[in-house]
Amino acid sequence: MDMEIDFSGVLTCMHTEISLVAVIVVAFLYDLFAGKRGREIFHPFMCILMLLFIAANIVPFPNEDGELFGGMYLYKPVYGIVKSILAIGTLIVFLQSDAWLSREDTSFKRGEFYVLTLSTLLGMYFMISAGHFLMFFIGMELATVPMACLVAIDKYRHNAAEAGAKFILTALFSSGLMLYGISFFYGTAGTLYFSDMASRIDGSALQIMSLVFFFAGLGFKISLVPFHLWTADTYQGAPTNVTSYLSVISKGAAAFTLMVVLVKVFGNMVEQWQLMLYIVIVLSITVANLFAIRQKDLKRFLAFSSISQAGYIMLAVISGTPYGMTSLIFYVLIYMVANLAAFGVISSVEQHSGGKVGLDDYNGLYRTNPKLAVTMTLALFSLAGIPPFAGFFSKFFIFAAAFEEGFHVLVFIALINTVISLYYYLLVVKAMFITPNDSPIPAFRSDAGTRISLVLCLAGVLVIGLASAVFDGIGLFSFGL
Amino acid sequence: MEYTILILLLPFLSFILIGLLGTRLRPVVAGAAGTAVTGLVAVLSYWTAFSYFAAGRDASGVFPTQMPWNFEWLPFGGSLQIDMGILLDPISVMMLVVISTVSFMVHIYSFGYMKGERGFQRYYAFLSLFTMSMLGLVVATNIFQMYVFWELVGVSSYLLIGFYYTKPEAVSASKKAFIVTRFADLGFLVGILVYGFYTGTFSFSPDAPALGAAKTVLPLALGLMFIGGAGKSAMFPLHIWLPDAMEGPTPVSALIHAATMVVAGVYLVARMFPLFIGYAPDVLHVIAYVGAFTALYAATVACVQTDIKRVLAFSTISQIGFMMVALGVCTSSDPHAGGLGYMASMFHLFTHAMFKALLFLGAGCIIHAVHSNEMSAMGGLRKYMPVTHITFLVACLAIAGIWPLSGFFSKDEILAACFGFSPVMGWVMTAIAGLTAFYMFRLYYNIFWGKENRELHTAHTPHEAPKTMTVPLIFLAAVTLAAGWIPFGEFVSSNGQAYHIHIDWSVAAVSLCVAVAGIALATWMYFREDRKVADSLAEKFSGLHKAAYHRFYIDEIYQFITHRIIFACISTPVAWFDRHIVDGFMNMLAKGTECSSWAIRYIQSGNIQKYCIWFLGGVLCLAVILLLVF
Repeated sequence: MDMEIDFSGVLTCMHTEISLVAVIVVAFLYDLFAGKRGREIFHPFMCILMLLFIAANIVPFPNEDGELFGGMYLYKPVYGIVKSILAIGTLIVFLQSDAWLSREDTSFKRGEFYVLTLSTLLGMYFMISAGHFLMFFIGMELATVPMACLVAIDKYRHNAAEAGAKFILTALFSSGLMLYGISFFYGTAGTLYFSDMASRIDGSALQIMSLVFFFAGLGFKISLVPFHLWTADTYQGAPTNVTSYLSVISKGAAAFTLMVVLVKVFGNMVEQWQLMLYIVIVLSITVANLFAIRQKDLKRFLAFSSISQAGYIMLAVISGTPYGMTSLIFYVLIYMVANLAAFGVISSVEQHSGGKVGLDDYNGLYRTNPKLAVTMTLALFSLAGIPPFAGFFSKFFIFAAAFEEGFHVLVFIALINTVISLYYYLLVVKAMFITPNDSPIPAFRSDAGTRISLVLCLAGVLVIGLASAVFDGIGLFSFGL
Repeated sequence: MEYTILILLLPFLSFILIGLLGTRLRPVVAGAAGTAVTGLVAVLSYWTAFSYFAAGRDASGVFPTQMPWNFEWLPFGGSLQIDMGILLDPISVMMLVVISTVSFMVHIYSFGYMKGERGFQRYYAFLSLFTMSMLGLVVATNIFQMYVFWELVGVSSYLLIGFYYTKPEAVSASKKAFIVTRFADLGFLVGILVYGFYTGTFSFSPDAPALGAAKTVLPLALGLMFIGGAGKSAMFPLHIWLPDAMEGPTPVSALIHAATMVVAGVYLVARMFPLFIGYAPDVLHVIAYVGAFTALYAATVACVQTDIKRVLAFSTISQIGFMMVALGVCTSSDPHAGGLGYMASMFHLFTHAMFKALLFLGAGCIIHAVHSNEMSAMGGLRKYMPVTHITFLVACLAIAGIWPLSGFFSKDEILAACFGFSPVMGWVMTAIAGLTAFYMFRLYYNIFWGKENRELHTAHTPHEAPKTMTVPLIFLAAVTLAAGWIPFGEFVSSNGQAYHIHIDWSVAAVSLCVAVAGIALATWMYFREDRKVADSLAEKFSGLHKAAYHRFYIDEIYQFITHRIIFACISTPVAWFDRHIVDGFMNMLAKGTECSSWAIRYIQSGNIQKYCIWFLGGVLCLAVILLLVF
């Protein structure tokens, strides 16, 4: 077939990716050539660069769908929204990571951290915008491989090395399964273009197998039960800022992509994937809760919390409606600010107390560091879904999305699990406010970046839920699904 | 008129600032900030009123309703949505003026009254919160926004009644006020939901098809809403919280429990008036009977109370009864044929707010001087407190309905409306008006004349209040003197068209005679130092006197119903169910969670090979399940 590739739309449709590549190149060159003075302002420089990047791309334009390279790359305004949200999350992670990156043993890896992080972000962007399984897979690998380096960036620490190994091995395993699934698709449908595949999906046994294999690959990234086992070890071992990036940005991008692919490509197999998600949701929420209640390490604790949150996010996916899509993006946004607030506090405490991350270390934190304790509390309240914080509204919307599609029992199970989750979230609050401690973590002052990021996150936790404009604004674009 | 948003934002900001900074602010600064903001709000309100009425009537002869602000806050799908905004029409503009004026006076007055109190800053923060909520209530563009601010008003009232939170009486009074009004608000909420469900909108004026569809349930919805109004406006039998609410600081009583919040119920009925007239006239008449009974009941009780704030509280209940009656006796929306009561009610609301605030602030000066609420600690105070005395007398004359003070004009319109409805109603209300004159002058004589409590007064000589307290008195007295001459009907009337007030002299003559008779009786009984007549009457009718003194045992009946019936027969079994069945289920859930959590901990072994096995096992299980099902 004679195929004429049209490059005219590259600049309009791909401007987000192109500008991100530019950012990466600038960061790389800066790292290579900056002098001593220049390295001192590397951190603010990167934050401002990210800010400019976000500002340039925050309004999704053009406001209509587009495609490039014969449909390999798709552009939709709603993708632009999601990409902006991910970029904002990345900026917040950058803001929080200065204390860690200023340590003697890590300061020379500062540039690596930025470049690797942004590379994974670029991978997620391609994954989101993919219109072909090959593109999708390359994007996903680009989002995964640098991530493994990030996890193991403190490679001389035993924990970090172990975490990196577990991450990359599980990632390989899941990638293998996923490729296997994709090969079945090619065998049955004869194409890997999303748009052509949709009509050739008929729910045959082979396609069911491949659906499950494909799903396992993304389930690994979202860390759904039973593909979650790497999560706790990796979260615990990785540097806290990497963990927070992993738990929010990587997860959010994968969840969104999963929904897009399931709805767009597997529309004909909706009953099959709804059943599959049903099982996985029940497992994820319940099992993660059961593990979370007995964690003594806050990073591990938040790992299980994030697995259970992933289960909630799947509630939005299972609805398969535009309303569900809106709720998903909204949920990811709010989960992002709350989780980044929690990790920001943990990271700050860790850096200023010589690496303390245990639940018992937090006893009496309110007495010495009231602002951090309150921030943590509000973040956990939002994660638990207590009104009037944003998390309540996001939970409400995903429950409503699933309920409208008739998943009444599932919503009920999720509700019971919300009650259980309240227990362990409040355990942390209890430790900080009530449990007496003779030698609590002494008072300290966080660096400016962390403070800014925490204020941003708290503002999000307090405001996004009440400002109906946010949900409506996302909804405006999601109906193009 | 976009600047009207400032009327809400300014007090809100002041609440946030004073509340957050708290004791870090010097008391004077907090007070001055709150007062300055309220003063600014008052100026803005006057300016709004001026420009609104100056803009003139439209082609159909009414002042057009304006919404300078209205945005969609919460859509529910379909046409149902909750908006937030600002609505300007004659009654909301009138209320803006009333609230901001009284609030400003109370802010100034509190400088003197609350001087040196612990929590001075907190007091001003709460006052700002209340002012914002009350203003938001009256400018609400829809019934739901009104409800939101209605509850905010309830909260601020609760906070201010319980301001002296170390006093057990104040704490229980604030709880009582909150619970009773919340209980009534339940009716309001259900009414709103019924209304919203059947008309498909929360707007005050749904379009004709929506109303047609909801015709049969509108009386129910409006009746339920009135329950909420009755709670806030202390209508019998939901009035029990108001006398206790007097435990709060006196300026708060003046602002919240006399002039503004307690008339919210009246305002609600007035707001829904077109619907009441069009679709639920019977409910309107029920409101009239409830109002009349409340007015009579409260006036009777007020005759024998000895705590001066309680007398004023019951007098407030009685006067709100008058306003409700005036609305309730309307039979059409034409002020010339059965719709006079609407204008009369709003007029009385306006004049009453001024003179009742004046009475309360005067009472505050007196309490400030003698450190007691009891009449026995007073007597003969006129020579110590000349300004308070004169202004108090002006207010008493106004509430008694003596020409040419403001109360005369508004009460006359109410009585005329009642006579237009039925002669019986007219005569009953006239008699209550006489009773009003009597108990107010009993109060007046007991405070300022009669036998002086020399023992107390030599130990601590009463003195006139400071300027910050007397200036508001003088201002309000001036308003009371002048307000009757406002051509109120030109601004507010039931159908919005100009209504020229004309005094019905036959009604006026009768009411004047009754008022004078009431004053004369009070003079005969209480003017002299010995109270022979009063005492012998009290002895002769000791049963009645005692019953009235104990407010006809309504509180005791409530006590009996709540403790003996509700607590014993319903709450105890429910509590047992809660403790054993509900908690039991929760404990079981917790135990089950704990056990299974313990049991599955080996999955997370830390061994990567095992992880992969679980991973693969999970994938295959999922695939098998799906293959079996499909």
